[in-house]
Amino acid sequence: MNVVGYLGSLAFGLAAIGSGVGVGIIVGKTIESVARQPELQGRLQSLMFLGIALTEALAFIAIAIAFIPFAAPAAG
Amino acid sequence: MIIRLIVVAALVLILWLGTRNMKVVPGRGQAALEFVLDFVRKGIVIDTLGEKDGKRFMPVLMTFFFLVLGMNLVGTVPLLQISGTAVAGLPLILSVVAFFLFVVAGFARHGWKYLKNALFLPGVPWPLYFLLTPIEFLSTFILRPVTLFLRLLMNMVAGHMMLVLVFSATQFFLFTVLAQGNLMGLLGIGTFAFGTIWIVFELFVATLQAYVFTFLATIYIQMSLAEEH
Repeated sequence: MNVVGYLGSLAFGLAAIGSGVGVGIIVGKTIESVARQPELQGRLQSLMFLGIALTEALAFIAIAIAFIPFAAPAAG
Repeated sequence: MIIRLIVVAALVLILWLGTRNMKVVPGRGQAALEFVLDFVRKGIVIDTLGEKDGKRFMPVLMTFFFLVLGMNLVGTVPLLQISGTAVAGLPLILSVVAFFLFVVAGFARHGWKYLKNALFLPGVPWPLYFLLTPIEFLSTFILRPVTLFLRLLMNMVAGHMMLVLVFSATQFFLFTVLAQGNLMGLLGIGTFAFGTIWIVFELFVATLQAYVFTFLATIYIQMSLAEEH
């Protein structure tokens, strides 16, 4: 049995680990802060979405790199 | 793409008809439209840029929001089913416009001092500039437009590809595997349910990306206009 695939998808999986951890930390900290100061929720939420957007950009760069046609993989 | 023409026509129609005869006591449609307009105006632009600068940049930022929102949402409309932003052209144009917007805004406000503001962080011992200035250049003038472009494009592309994968898996399980009498085909029910949930998630992502794109463009403009870094 042999496994055939494209290495780019593996690379995306690895890159997604980093963004996943980052987004998790951001959301967790936001929840902590809202628990401490519920009146700041609106402001904190917009900051949270900003942080998520900046963090997950790294994962999207990884997807985009998978679309760049480097040397064609050898058939077989 | 014909989709984009349809979306632009729909947007113009909605905004034109929605604001044609405004009443002091808004009806349901006017109230919904006013809610969105007010959210962009107060929540995004004026909160970040302040009253005076906010009004100057309002038209282009409002255009960003509604264009991205319309183009994203059309990806979940049955029979149209592809976002105008899921093909590279439109996000590329939008992020190039946003890039020139914040660079030109900075130069118009500060002249050549804008480059100093953007590239040299204050309060750092000078030998560190050899390290920091290239990083700041990379992050401000290259990574900002590139990530604006990629974030919008890849969110839409990845969402679309998930839908394609899940629904083609449903087709495969239900009509090929189950039709052969293999009970593994019942997995198709699960993939179909997941796809249906994913459409709702796509609605959320479409709105969020419109918000994030506009918000980031606003923040970049604000960073260029600010006196010190």
